[in-house]
Amino acid sequence: MKEIRIHGRGGQGSVTAAELLAVAAFADGKFSQAFPAFGVERRGAPVQAFTRISEDPIRLRAQVYEPDYVIVQDPTLLEVVSIASGAKDDGLILINSDFDPEHFDLDTNAKIMTVNATKIALDIIGRPIVNTVLLGAFAGASGLIDPASIKEAVMERFPGKVGEKNAEAIQKAYDMMMEA
Amino acid sequence: MQRDFEKDKKNMVVVEGSYAVASAVKSCRPNVISAYPITPQTHIVEDLSQFMADGAIPNCEYINVESEFSALSALVGSSAAGARSYSATTSQGLELMHEVLFNVSGMRLPVVMTVVNRAVSAPINIWNDHQDSISQRDTGWIQLYAEDTQEISDMTAQAFKIAEDPEILLPVMTCMDGFILSHVYEPVVLLEDDIVAEYLPPFEPEFKLDPKNPKTFGAFADPNSYTEFRYLQQQAMDKALKKIEDAAAEFYDLFGRHYGGLIDTYETDDADIILMAMGSIVGTIKDAIDKLRAKGVKVGLLKVRSFRPFPVEAIRNVVKDAKVVVALDKNISIGLNEGALFTETKASLYNTKIDVPVIGFMIGHGGRDIPTGTIENIIDEAKKVIDSGITVESQFTDLKEELL
Repeated sequence: MKEIRIHGRGGQGSVTAAELLAVAAFADGKFSQAFPAFGVERRGAPVQAFTRISEDPIRLRAQVYEPDYVIVQDPTLLEVVSIASGAKDDGLILINSDFDPEHFDLDTNAKIMTVNATKIALDIIGRPIVNTVLLGAFAGASGLIDPASIKEAVMERFPGKVGEKNAEAIQKAYDMMMEA
Repeated sequence: MQRDFEKDKKNMVVVEGSYAVASAVKSCRPNVISAYPITPQTHIVEDLSQFMADGAIPNCEYINVESEFSALSALVGSSAAGARSYSATTSQGLELMHEVLFNVSGMRLPVVMTVVNRAVSAPINIWNDHQDSISQRDTGWIQLYAEDTQEISDMTAQAFKIAEDPEILLPVMTCMDGFILSHVYEPVVLLEDDIVAEYLPPFEPEFKLDPKNPKTFGAFADPNSYTEFRYLQQQAMDKALKKIEDAAAEFYDLFGRHYGGLIDTYETDDADIILMAMGSIVGTIKDAIDKLRAKGVKVGLLKVRSFRPFPVEAIRNVVKDAKVVVALDKNISIGLNEGALFTETKASLYNTKIDVPVIGFMIGHGGRDIPTGTIENIIDEAKKVIDSGITVESQFTDLKEELL
């Protein structure tokens, strides 16, 4: 079983990202589970959401404490949240940032990768909404999930032009991570 | 009768738990849905409202009311008039319904209500525990608890079938853990309308409010007859013990999914240690059991699906050969320092020849997370009871001494 923790701020679509990841993973033939860290959501406040992906049905209902993957939507969260907490030694932390991974001095053995998702979102979608872009980058960085499944899940949730633009941004982020 | 996930996979969709329940309600063809659609509520009634707007629930009235008290009061009228009636609530909303709960059960109205289990105030807390529904234990409602979204969805159809059986005619609460199940996205087979139609016949009560044939429900019963009304409610609960099993078995025949009837068991056959629990914690416990079984620990799980009627005989049969029984409760009777499952399990074993120590842990109050490690620690405590007897009968789990 692989466990993913998504950090964001209220309003950035972290919970939606976790759900879309679960939908995409199931489309890939896996079992999946997504849930928020049950807060009282306020715009701008730090939030977390979780996704589990497994070959077998998932019974565990606890929060994720030792994630295989961490996705960080907003690098300013690093000042207030211990985003690397519990990350597995062979894990991966993906941060939305225009800095190189070396810029981040985190107390972890997990691999750190960065992607400038905000730029991709602004260039293609026209708004700084990065949750779907990061899922594309995550697919490329992790190899855990088929980017086509992510695009399909996103277009089903956001039909029409919005979904198409998001899909384009997802592909762009995926390609960038594959080239990295 | 185990679930075949691989077989179900092709029919599954990844949706929110609340949506799965709303979809199940739709398939059960309700005639009246009432809802007080502000906090505390869930997406269940929001999704049902959308179904209504889409015309997806024919022959149904959706009533927006001004309080939870009214939400259930409206269903007293509709159910008495012969309408299949449904609502959903949670936490303070359920507590506000308290008085009406007795009216529904006393009038023998087969209302079905999903209770999304959440803690009660004060202090304000929106997260999961079972204090809300356990506090309604004696209101005469059947109470069933589900472990995952598939079970709570499927349980909705079972609940109508049990409630509306002419021999039962009792209201049913189907209980699902707030947030943990109501807000989770996971694969689920949504109930299929045509199979539900086969499973659940139309609601055609023998007695109903009808201007052409006037009757009175819930009228005056003086000391001469009130006792007999209570006795008959208890008789119906006794009959429900079998009906709940039958409803689960019949559901399995048609849908191929089974979660136990009154109870379910996991690895209990040779178990020295048997954990008892209700709701979503059951999944985490199964994972902990697999881990410990691999290390040779003989531990099993007794899942209590029906809390009312309480499955005394079924519990006795499962625990009679165990060396220790551990009841986990997401509720507390303050002043007794025990959760209800613990108290009632002990009571079920008293005056019998079964001699097994029972200990209790109160756990997960106000949404405190329950990692697998917490379950493993509890099992360690249970082992000590086997070796040296009970030292602490009932206690809080993961208490933070530094906050006291």
